[in-house]
Amino acid sequence: MRIAFKLPLLSLALASTMGFSGAVGAQEITGAGASFPAPIYSKWASEYNKATGVKVNYQSIGSGGGIKQIDSKTVDFGASDAPLTDEVLKAKGQMQFPTVLGGVVPVINVKGIEPGQLKLTGTVLGDIYLGKISRWNDPAIVALNPGLALPDAAIAQVRRADGSGTTFIFTNYLSKVNAEWKSKVGEGTAVNWPVGAGGKGNEGVAAFVSRLPNSMGYVEYSYVKQNKLNYAVMQNQAGNFVKPDDETFKAAAAGADWSKSFYQILTNQPGKDAWPISGATFILMHLKQDKPASATETLKFFNWAYANGGKSAADLDYVPMPPAVVAAIQKSWGEIKDGAGKPVAFK
Amino acid sequence: MNASAHQLKLAKFAYRKRVNQVATGLALAAMSFGLFWLFWILWETILLGLGGLSVATFTQMTPPPNDEGGLANAIYGSFVMVALATCLGTPIGVMAGIYLAEFDTKSWLASITRFVNDILLSAPSIVIGLFVYAVVVSRFKSFSGYAGVLALSLLVIPVVIRTTENMLQLVPAGLREAAYALGAPKWKVILSITLKAARTGVITGVLLAVARIAGETAPLLFTALSNQFWTSSLSEPMASLPVTIFKFAMSPYENWQKLAWAGVFIITATVLGLNILARVLTRNKI
Amino acid sequence: MSTTLVHDDFSSNPSVTQSVRAMTQPPPVKRARSGPWADLVFGWLAKGAALLTLCLLLAILASLTISAWPAIEKYGFSFLTSTTWDPVKEEFGGLVMIYGTLATSFIALLIAVPVSFGIALFLTELSPAWLKRPLGTAIELLAAVPSIVYGMWGLLVFGPVLATYVQQPVQAAFDGVPYLGAFVSGPPVGIGILSAGIILAIMIIPFIAAVMRDVFEVTPPLLKESAYGLGATTWEVVSKVVLPYTKTGVIGGIMLGLGRAIGETMAVTFVIGNFNQLDSLSLFQAANSITSALANEFAEAGEGLHQASLMYLGLVLFFITFVILSLSKLLLAQLRKNEGSKT
Repeated sequence: MRIAFKLPLLSLALASTMGFSGAVGAQEITGAGASFPAPIYSKWASEYNKATGVKVNYQSIGSGGGIKQIDSKTVDFGASDAPLTDEVLKAKGQMQFPTVLGGVVPVINVKGIEPGQLKLTGTVLGDIYLGKISRWNDPAIVALNPGLALPDAAIAQVRRADGSGTTFIFTNYLSKVNAEWKSKVGEGTAVNWPVGAGGKGNEGVAAFVSRLPNSMGYVEYSYVKQNKLNYAVMQNQAGNFVKPDDETFKAAAAGADWSKSFYQILTNQPGKDAWPISGATFILMHLKQDKPASATETLKFFNWAYANGGKSAADLDYVPMPPAVVAAIQKSWGEIKDGAGKPVAFK
Repeated sequence: MNASAHQLKLAKFAYRKRVNQVATGLALAAMSFGLFWLFWILWETILLGLGGLSVATFTQMTPPPNDEGGLANAIYGSFVMVALATCLGTPIGVMAGIYLAEFDTKSWLASITRFVNDILLSAPSIVIGLFVYAVVVSRFKSFSGYAGVLALSLLVIPVVIRTTENMLQLVPAGLREAAYALGAPKWKVILSITLKAARTGVITGVLLAVARIAGETAPLLFTALSNQFWTSSLSEPMASLPVTIFKFAMSPYENWQKLAWAGVFIITATVLGLNILARVLTRNKI
Repeated sequence: MSTTLVHDDFSSNPSVTQSVRAMTQPPPVKRARSGPWADLVFGWLAKGAALLTLCLLLAILASLTISAWPAIEKYGFSFLTSTTWDPVKEEFGGLVMIYGTLATSFIALLIAVPVSFGIALFLTELSPAWLKRPLGTAIELLAAVPSIVYGMWGLLVFGPVLATYVQQPVQAAFDGVPYLGAFVSGPPVGIGILSAGIILAIMIIPFIAAVMRDVFEVTPPLLKESAYGLGATTWEVVSKVVLPYTKTGVIGGIMLGLGRAIGETMAVTFVIGNFNQLDSLSLFQAANSITSALANEFAEAGEGLHQASLMYLGLVLFFITFVILSLSKLLLAQLRKNEGSKT
């Protein structure tokens, strides 16, 4: 009995003292949301911490989670891959701004087909995920890929089991280019998939696709690069077949008019080099700040990231925002005000 | 007559012997079956985990992708939260188990509590996490280590209650009656005699609970969140090994994946160490 | 009265009188060191802890019900029989998840209970004394592995093995067989109900086996020895003496394991496939369970009907647990009734 009570009491005391001795160190900012930009935010946070000592703690819990948490003010900023419409933002008293660009890429696993060889269009891709096209040597696929040895095998579709911004961008694109998809399934971070096995996270989808012969899935571009997956090229709105990389993502973003509103969905953008399944990722903050000091630190962090984080972003296969857009973003920060109505400082 | 009765007897004995042999064989097979999975999983864990372990793992913070780093903040966070949750949950669980086994075992309160406890045992850890989120995190408008401790302790309590009650019930009545006969008051009988006799079982229960919460991810996701940086304050989001492993394992970055497996190795080794320690401690007291 | 003699001799000196009185008139017996208040306080503490547990469950149920109210209001009981799960069109029904939870837990128990029983039997009756401790610790090690590792290992290591060595041969063998064939149809990728069930079984074996072993070990040796003395075989001793004596503990251990299986989130989430369909009851087809639906979709679920439906699923899970537990209590009561009667 003695040890049974003494030991836990001792460790309780020890742990509490450790807990309470929270060193009043540097200011800490908390943010949560989309998993797509999590790697680059954590890289920026680490570098920012080395430069200034301020801790910016970002955790990826999903875009919907980010929206929920910033609504309930449990975090200083939220992050979402799917932008909120301006009406919704106005009703909530929040504002959003984009940070980086990326793309969603279809990946396949078919023996004999090399990365970048398979050509697909949005309509065909939608029909595959509707289950209408169920074999690799379907006439529609063959028509796009003359000369490619497509096997007579069933397509094993893989998609996301969990809700995610990646799914939002993918289904948004399919809704734009495939009318039947739009009416039957629609778009969202989680949809009622007609076919397909669900993998958990980008990693789950990548694991399924690499293990399942004759399979197809969709993942974020950084996964394709890091894991050297077999990707397909897509036909964009201009009719050209483009491969996914920084240039085609930038081309997609170029078409958007960021000055009016940051609510821009970059799927199926015009532009001869544009990658059709691109998207930006957004930060959400309240317009009226109860804790102006936290808001200042948050804005300072992103300001620093726009100025100094470009190389890290490129290293991790994200595309930084063009300078013109950054200027517009900094201007929009003037709308974030503290309790007295004064704009929060970020310089 | 005698010969055929004798034959029957022999046949019956041979049948019983065969049944026994089959049962013994199956028991051996079951043991090997269990061990097989264990060795396979452990083999993978050790193979992949040892590769990622180094001094840096224990001294450096969780890094961004493709950078050098370690798991120090996650290890510390896990240690503090598991220790506090166990300290919080064990006394409550043991006291409730004592109530169920020693006071009014047949009363309606006891029956209902037993039932309720069994239901709580099956509560998915994610629901517990969401409950603590609604009650603590939303109220105080911040993720914190305290919320994580609370969520974990809610997982400890049912396990400890059940095993404590089971173990106390198995203590022979003669032991209790001898103590009462010597004039000991009830609380002393329970604490010094009954609980002591059931000590091994109770500690098994506590260890099972610790093993469970050491590896739980879901309840910490919405309570303690996680933290890229070191924090020794429980009122801030705190990193923990399971959440960090979850994050890193699902990524395409090799350094993160290696750290994830190293983290798995650390958790497994620690819980094993605790098990062995507890066995050694209780063995010497007998 | 007994002091009169001594009193007479020293009546002149008061201090001596006093000490003599102390010697010959012993002080009244002191009361027990801890009065009845200690027992009272202890009793209150114990009762309080039990009440706390009750309040806990009520609080959790209340919190769940409040969050789930929009869905309960809209669907009522039809939620339990509908298989649609469409977040875009905002139509939800929980039958797929309920089936998944029940099926995986059932498979897990089917595998885990006999195996755990065999392990406990081996550890208590058959193994040599020097092997007991290490083997027991080895089995408990399985419980030390975090659940997320089971998920990762299941997806990346076990799944492909299951696909190649079990699913594909079985599918080839049952190809064309009318009913059984349907049971094993579906893409053999190592995910699905069977996969999740097997991994759950491995996860709960250490819990059930540990409790069974502890409970077998405290069987009074007298009971076992008298059975052995009568010439019973090991199997007969275990099945006819030890098991009936410890049945409450054994059933308790099984409940512990079942609880773990029903509520397990991470391991199931990785390998069940999250496919909301019940068109095929195949064991190899991807499906969904309540906990994996919660884990996968909660973070993204919008504040309205989607989140409420997920909470409704959580309530259903508690209800399923309630039903299973009640059935087990009935079973135990029935077993107790048969005690003492001729078997």
